[in-house]
Amino acid sequence: MPAPFDLSDDSVVVIIGTGAGGGVLANELAQKGIGVVALEAGGRYLPEDYVNDEWESFGQLAWLDPRTTSGDWRVAKDFSGLPAWIVKAVGGTTTHWAGASLRFQPHEWKAATTYGALEGANLLDWPIDDKELAPWYARAEEKMKVTRTGGRAGLPGSNNYKVFETGAKALGYEEVHTGRMAINSDWYDDRPPCQQTGFCFQGCKWGAKWSTAYTDIPAGEATGNLEVREKAHVLRIEHGPDGKANGVVYAAEDGTEHKQMARIVCVAGNSIESPRLLLNSASSIYPEGMANSSGQVGRNYMRHLTGSVYGIFDKPVKMWRGTTMAGVVQDEARHDPSRGFVGGFELETLSLGLPFMAAFLDPGAWGREFTTALDSYENMAGMWIVGEDMPQESNRVTLSDTKDQFGMPVANVHYSDHQNDRAMRDYAYKVGMAMYDAVGATRTLPTPPYPSTHNLGTNRMSANPQDGVVNKWGQTHDIANLFVSDGSQFTTGAAENPTLTIVALAIRQADHIAGAMSKNEV
Amino acid sequence: MTTTTAPRGLTRRQLLSRATAAGAFVCGAGFVAGRDAAWATEMTAMTPESFATLVQMARDIYPHDRIPDANYVTAVKGYDTPEEADATEAGIAALDRRATDLKGSRYLDIGWERDRAEVLRSMADDAFFEKIRAGLVTGLYNQKAVWPIFGYEGESYSQGGYIDRGFDDIAWL
Ligand SMILES: Cc1cc2nc3c(=O)[nH]c(=O)nc-3n(C[C@H](O)[C@H](O)[C@H](O)COP(=O)(O)OP(=O)(O)OC[C@H]3O[C@@H](n4cnc5c(N)ncnc54)[C@H](O)[C@@H]3O)c2cc1C
Ligand code: SF4
Repeated sequence: MPAPFDLSDDSVVVIIGTGAGGGVLANELAQKGIGVVALEAGGRYLPEDYVNDEWESFGQLAWLDPRTTSGDWRVAKDFSGLPAWIVKAVGGTTTHWAGASLRFQPHEWKAATTYGALEGANLLDWPIDDKELAPWYARAEEKMKVTRTGGRAGLPGSNNYKVFETGAKALGYEEVHTGRMAINSDWYDDRPPCQQTGFCFQGCKWGAKWSTAYTDIPAGEATGNLEVREKAHVLRIEHGPDGKANGVVYAAEDGTEHKQMARIVCVAGNSIESPRLLLNSASSIYPEGMANSSGQVGRNYMRHLTGSVYGIFDKPVKMWRGTTMAGVVQDEARHDPSRGFVGGFELETLSLGLPFMAAFLDPGAWGREFTTALDSYENMAGMWIVGEDMPQESNRVTLSDTKDQFGMPVANVHYSDHQNDRAMRDYAYKVGMAMYDAVGATRTLPTPPYPSTHNLGTNRMSANPQDGVVNKWGQTHDIANLFVSDGSQFTTGAAENPTLTIVALAIRQADHIAGAMSKNEV
Repeated sequence: MTTTTAPRGLTRRQLLSRATAAGAFVCGAGFVAGRDAAWATEMTAMTPESFATLVQMARDIYPHDRIPDANYVTAVKGYDTPEEADATEAGIAALDRRATDLKGSRYLDIGWERDRAEVLRSMADDAFFEKIRAGLVTGLYNQKAVWPIFGYEGESYSQGGYIDRGFDDIAWL
């Protein structure tokens, strides 16, 4: 039962955003008896509302408010108003996500130490390590019912996976399997096992895939301690004369502005909106934006280096049938500088439907070279490259001159590849193409990165307040009752898809916040 | 539709109407039809000649020999409106001028796709070309009617997904 909290109730924890970070934090706090108001810019959509049609679903769920781009990444040219693919809805991007849930490798928490100094890279060790996160990872895997963990079975292999696996084994890879997925491989929590419908990116109509929209959020609401206010778009965070956050101002659906008072404010709007919000909350005490004494808010934006490889065969594959991300090769995820770059990458199967394939295979391309590839759509197999990209200070989210519907400056997302990113992507393309060649591909297509789906690092965690925005609990260095609870906390990106780590950090943060509240530290 | 593959002399078609190399018939005032009569559309705001050129341009940008004209017509029909027509007519006029400069005839009368593509390539940075191309990405490929031509099956939820319908039926590996 949703708890109605008064706008003037300054005992609540206000959470901005209800995605992987915010949705989990809201539930975890509510379970501990803490009053939570979660403000979500988007509306509420549940499995019965999801549409298995790529563009229609995009229109329903994606964040379509304006954003701008700059930098030498191709996205800035091909999709200048769409730097990232992020959801604006209760549940955030966990409605769209594919479910790949891999833990960081131990050395990835210590990238600066492991990789050494790299010109142009603003590498830093996380202030936490593998040992510290292990129990939280276990809780996240249990919450999300991740396959191949906790005794759960893996998912069965689809056509796309079988091509991928055959190629991988032919090249001698050994860590090849159908992934660790936050997709039920059996009935768990009253949610059915995966029915192999495809369209994981459009919201799982079966509810087989974990999404906060229909797991954590209703569970939190059921406690009576969580109120989710949808279509409540936060414009800025405010503070009192003591500099502590005291509430947030949001625009309701009808455009009216309201201020919700708060004891603690947690920002979880995704790595583009969270720094934007901190920057838009500048005041006379905080002229550069809140929590920004280090000047690091918005900097070190990471997106994983990404890229895809599609292979065309002389016989049908029908890759769209079944789970979108249906398997992984992990052998290249290790750190092995002999390959010409630091860090590593995962290869994961991927499938796009025909409409998205036309838009993303080679944006801007036309003519026979392009259309003959699409003509073979039925005979295509696909994979995605997820590799660690280097944090760079100049890759950053700043406030743009463009304003949104509320008159607030929107985010500009600036990104240019680091030399290490280019070297890794080129290597990964070769490996991916070789995999498909080994299965008899007649044509392979090294496809450029899509608008960012993994957005990381713009409020990074650091031991030293000068190096980042938040401490090891996600608490901002500058303001004790202001926390960051989403992927923007990432100090470095690691090779793995980020959400399992975002969820593990959110569960851990809830514990910390509850403890600090009971000890009256915040 | 098929592209004319031989230099054309004066044909019966040209006598009947102002025929086009690419096959769209300008049937008369305000009316365009496919040569095979598989599609026909009434013009709202554009001239039939310009619309037929636009349809050919659409096919030359994203040529799929197994997609019938009707789907290209659907993809660009939105330009035949009072709001869009002037700009589109201007774009087509520029296309015809470029075709005449490079190939000695208006766009529709160029027989080979590769020659028409050359004309398009010379205009690929123009706003008009980019607008038409970008519009086709959804205008053409998001038509459910073309999906079966590519083998794409669209949604499967209503049929229970593919768990019992071939998600792992690959037999040639
Ligand atoms: C197609 C796709 C596939 C993916 N697949 C995977 C995968 O397989 N594995 C994986 O680990 N990750 C995957 N991801 C990434 C994953 O979804 C994100 O990393 C994760 O959801 C990020 O969590 P978050 O809490 O940082 O932000 P989000 O989940 O994006 O949530 C942010 C929420 O905040 C809201 N918000 C923002 N600003 C405001 C504001 N001012 N006021 C109110 N609300 C606001 C937004 O509307 C949104 O609901 C995928 C992403 C996409 C797009
Ligand atoms: S393939 Fe499985 S996880 Fe993906 S949308 Fe369908 S049922 Fe859900």
